[in-house]
Formats: sequence, C-alpha cells, structure tokens
Amino acid sequence: MTLLSVEGLTIDLPGTQPGLVEDVTFEVNEGRCTALIGESGCGKSLTSLAVLGLLPPSVRVSAGAVVFDGVDLLTCSPRQLRKIRGGPVGMVFQEPMSSLNPSMTVGDQIAEARRLHLGEGRKVALARAKDLLDRVGIPNAARRLAAYPHEMSGGMQQRVMIAAAIACDPRLIIADEPTTALDVTIQAEILSLLRDLQRDLGLAVLLVTHDLGVVADFCDDVVVMYAGHIAERTGVDDLFYRPAHPYSAALLAAVPQAGQSRSRLTVIPGRVPTAGAFPPGCRFGPRCAHFTAPECARPQPHGRTRCGRVASGDLVLEGALHG
Amino acid sequence: MGIRMIIRRLGGGLLVLWLVSILTFLLVHLIPGDPAEAVAGENATAADVERIRAELGLDRPVLEQYVTWFTGVLRGDLGRSLFTDKTVVDSIAGSAPPTLVITLMAIVVAVLVGVSAGIVAGLTRGSRVDRAVSALATLGIAMPSFWLAMVLVSVFSLTNPWLPATGYAELSEGFGTWLSHIVLPSTALGLATAAELARHTRGCVADVLTRPYIRTARARGASGGWLVRRHILRNAAIPVVTVLGLQAGRLLGGAIVIEAVFGISGLGTLAVNAVLQRNYPIIQGYVLLCAVVVVLLNLIVDLAYGWINPKVRTA
Ligand SMILES: Nc1ncnc2c1ncn2[C@@H]1O[C@H](COP(=O)(O)OP(=O)(O)OP(=O)(O)O)[C@@H](O)[C@H]1O
Ligand SMILES: [Mg+2]
Repeated sequence: MTLLSVEGLTIDLPGTQPGLVEDVTFEVNEGRCTALIGESGCGKSLTSLAVLGLLPPSVRVSAGAVVFDGVDLLTCSPRQLRKIRGGPVGMVFQEPMSSLNPSMTVGDQIAEARRLHLGEGRKVALARAKDLLDRVGIPNAARRLAAYPHEMSGGMQQRVMIAAAIACDPRLIIADEPTTALDVTIQAEILSLLRDLQRDLGLAVLLVTHDLGVVADFCDDVVVMYAGHIAERTGVDDLFYRPAHPYSAALLAAVPQAGQSRSRLTVIPGRVPTAGAFPPGCRFGPRCAHFTAPECARPQPHGRTRCGRVASGDLVLEGALHG
Repeated sequence: MGIRMIIRRLGGGLLVLWLVSILTFLLVHLIPGDPAEAVAGENATAADVERIRAELGLDRPVLEQYVTWFTGVLRGDLGRSLFTDKTVVDSIAGSAPPTLVITLMAIVVAVLVGVSAGIVAGLTRGSRVDRAVSALATLGIAMPSFWLAMVLVSVFSLTNPWLPATGYAELSEGFGTWLSHIVLPSTALGLATAAELARHTRGCVADVLTRPYIRTARARGASGGWLVRRHILRNAAIPVVTVLGLQAGRLLGGAIVIEAVFGISGLGTLAVNAVLQRNYPIIQGYVLLCAVVVVLLNLIVDLAYGWINPKVRTA
C-alpha cells in the first residue's frame, strides 16, 4: 500500500537553476523503508524537505505533487499541512545539535507535538515525553526531561529528535541523514533504534543516507538521485545484483571492500555539478564511463532508469553481488 | 545561574565601583583651578585661601584625603557642597527623581517601540514594513536627541497645545500631570535607543529564523504565534538584552541634554553647575551615583541573560 507518493516533483532555484530537482517520482509504502541515496549535493535534502513544505525561501517547487494518504501536500491548505507535520509524518534531521532549540528543555520539545496536535496540557504531554525518552533508550528519563540539548551528547540529542518525531504515533518518518553527524559507534546504535521503532510501530521510513551498508540492512526500496534527477528507482536486491544506471554501478564500485581502507563515495572521478551548471542530456554524462555521444547528450527516458542505453538494452551493468 | 555566579558578578561590580571611586577622587585633583580659591572668592587674601584649604583638608597628603573621603563614602557620607550647607547626599537626592524617572521611562519607550518594531521587521524581512522600520531606525540613530526633542516640542506643545513644553511635575500633583510632563522628554531620550534596539532585534529575529531548530519546530507543526513565542523570541532576546544593558548606561548620560532642552532641574543641571563652580564634592557624588546605576544595570542584565540563556545558567 502506497503511503507517500512523490510525483514529478520539480524544484527551481530561481535565476540560477531551473530543475534543481527535476521530475522526481517515487513511492514510500506503508511500513516499509525507502532509501534516498546519492552523493552530496544531489538534492536529497531538498526532496525530503519539499514533502512537508519546509524548503528554504530561496527555492521554489514549480511542478509536481506530493500525495500523502490521499492528500496532495503541495496544494492542501496550510492548516491541513500543519496537521500532518509532526502528526502522521515525523521528521528527523542531520545535525541534532543545531536542529534542537537550545533554549527549550528536551522534555518540552518532545511534548510540543502532542500539545499542538492532541491538545494535551503541558503536564500530560511531559508525562508522555518521559515514556518516549524511555522508548528511545535514554536512561534516567524523568530527570532528563528538564535537560537542555547542550547538556547531552550528539547521540542522546539524536535520540531526543527521534522521540519528538514519534511523539504523535506517526505513520511515516522522514530521516535526513540521521547519523551522518555522529560517531561511527553511535551511528549503529541510532540506526538500530530506528529499525526497532520501524518494526514495532509499523512505521514507513524515508531514509536519506550516504551509506550503502545501511541501505542493504535496513531498506526495501531504493531511489538513487544524481544532480536533481532520479537515476534509478529499484528494489534493494536489484540495486546490488542488477543496477540499472551507470551512476548506481559507480556508487557500488566505490564502496570499500573488506580489507580496503574506508574511503566513502569519492572514488567516482569528478564531482556533482553545482546548481546552474547542470549539463544538458544525461546529468551524469560527463563523469560516466559509458558515455556515448549523441545518445547521452539527449534528454533521457523517465522510468525505472534514467539511462537511455540501459533502458534500450544497449548497456548491461555489473552488480556488486552476483547470483 | 548559580549563587556562585551571582556572587562573582557582585564582586566584580564592587571592584569596578572601588576603581571608579579612586578615579573620581583623582579626577577632581586634575581639574584645572584650585577649589580653595573658588570657595574663597575673588577678593580673598592668600591667608584666607590657605585657611580654607586647611578647612577642606586639601593641604594633607592625597592618600590621606582619599582614605578620609572613602571611609565617609562607605558610611553614606559624601561630604558637603562647598557653597551651600546641604550635604551632597541631600543635593543629589533632591535632583535625582526627575532624571531617574525620565531615564527609566526612556528605557520603557525604547523597549516597547524598538523591540516590537524589530520583531515585526525581522519576522517580515524584505516586506514594506521591514523597509520602513529599517529606514526609520537609521534616521533615529542619526538624529541627535536635542534636535528630536525640539521637533517633538514644536509639534506636540507649540503647534498643538497637547503637552507641556517644559518643566517637571511631582507625582503628588496628579498622575496625569506627572505623565504629561515626562512623555516628551522620555520619548526624545528613548527614541535613539529604540532605533538601535529595533535594528538589533530585527537582525536577531531574522537570524533565528534561518536556524535549523526553527525548521524542526515547523516540522513538528508549530506555526504563527506559538512558533514566535516559544522558539523565536527567547533565542532572539539573548543578544538584545546585552545591547539594552549597554544602552541603559548611555541614556543616563543623555538625560543631561534632555533636561537642558526641557528646562528640568535634575541631576544634569546639578552636575553641570557643580563643574562650573568646581564644587568637587557634588561632582564626585554624581560620578559615583552614575557608576552605581550602570553597575547595577549591568548586574540586572547579567541576571536576565542567565535566566534567558540556559547555557549560561549551567556554566
Ligand atoms: N537554500 C538553498 N539555496 C540555494 N541552493 C540550494 C539551497 N539548498 C540547497 N541548494 C542546492 O541544491 C542542491 C541540492 O542540495 P541538497 O541539500 O538537497 O543536497 P543533498 O543531496 O542533501 O546533499 P548532502 O548529502 O550534502 O546533504 C545543491 O546543489 C545545493 O547547492
Ligand atoms: Mg542533505
């Protein structure tokens, strides 16, 4: 069952880059996890922010629809949108330190959504916040309610963010790189917390991540983004066994193998083009090992893959796994 | 903020006051001219001057003079005016009320006008209201307060006889009368500070609006008044309070000019006359009083700051 469907979402940076994010279409199914992956600057955060209408004022959605549970969030009333934010859809951001209000206790920040959405009084909501702190594994929850974010470690802060995001029993959590800012050991803890919550509460998750290991462990569906386009949409097994876009294949090849030193996703030569400098045709073309003029300089098909050569069967890519 | 912190701040304030007392004392000895001659008058003989000097204790070593004066200060005795029989404390107590009232009301005007204009401008950045506030704030900062005072008088007292142009009324003469006399001076004094606060508040609010935690709050469903009260104002207030503390000291000094324009005899008149007459005990008393007020204001600001900012409270 589709819970969230993003259809043809296009975001412009007026004056610099029309189609900063262009024609992005994907779905998140009830109780399942969809990964949104791609290098830095590919438009993952913009896409996830656009779902709840939280884009910065400098960019603008120019086309598309974001349908959550039958309601288009891009055209619904501001009131309706506010009911969905923090209600059936919770959000977790990358930097817990700067994403929590420094002058508000963590208890009040967790209780806030319940007060706003369920009309609970402060006391009742704080009592519930204590349970939530317990639920996300913060010891001494009752005492911690009165703490301020700066009195906690990054991992604890991120647990608070998660507690606040699930305060109103959401059906969907959007998590934008929830572990990127944390220590490696803490990353694993936060991810396993998210996974437990997903299973126990039957949450759907849209997980923005850099980490293909996380994708393999945690996710069911994968959306690969490159320079504001969706390179391919696929299932997690297909991504690893049968990538359908040269960019996906390059990402897989860039994952450090056991024994090699850890070098993130930087082995693909070149860099993601900056806004205003996107090439015509295939946006990955200039970095693609399989680039062929003139096909690749023309607009590419929209479908499961945005590579015309793969779609036509002209190009067959190697997966990271075989079988 | 813990008790320890408060004690530390208090100690710091007392140290500042003590240093000010030394400077104040020395300052009088650096003013050109001999106070004994000033007291003795133009036709006095050299012997008269010597006698007066001895009476005032000015012939003794400076350190001894300071100790005598300072022990007096500690007991609340600031000495006597050189020309009248009144004690310095009485003279100051007699002149202080109009000045303190005008300064306090100026702070009220500055906070009410400046902070609210700044909040509205910051929340609607780029709007017409914001541009108007910014333009007025620049104007307000550039305009000297005496000129502003004269404009206010000409509009609200001369062209339209709504408010008295000069003088001060005791509260005992009726609240309305009292208020009508302080509205113009306080406004004239406070508007420049209002402009400064408006600019600052606008910047702080606009800055807070770009912070990730505001986005988080909106992602939780917060909006409108709830978002402004709970997430924006408290965080924007932290730097604004600091500026207010700095400005408050400046206002007390600015009151002197305003008193002159409105013909109010307050501390400013007292101090200016004392300087012209080399009435040094009064000058010392005035400077000390100003120092006490400024130190107190800063202490209050520090406490408020600690109350608003949890990072300071736990530090
Ligand atoms: N407020 C903004 N104003 C202008 N351009 C922006 C803004 N936010 C993002 N961009 C641009 O949009 C593009 C996509 O940004 P986005 O933050 O969505 O990337 P991302 O995939 O989330 O990257 P990362 O992995 O670094 O978080 C980038 O080129 C970025 O420069
Ligand atoms: Mg991002």
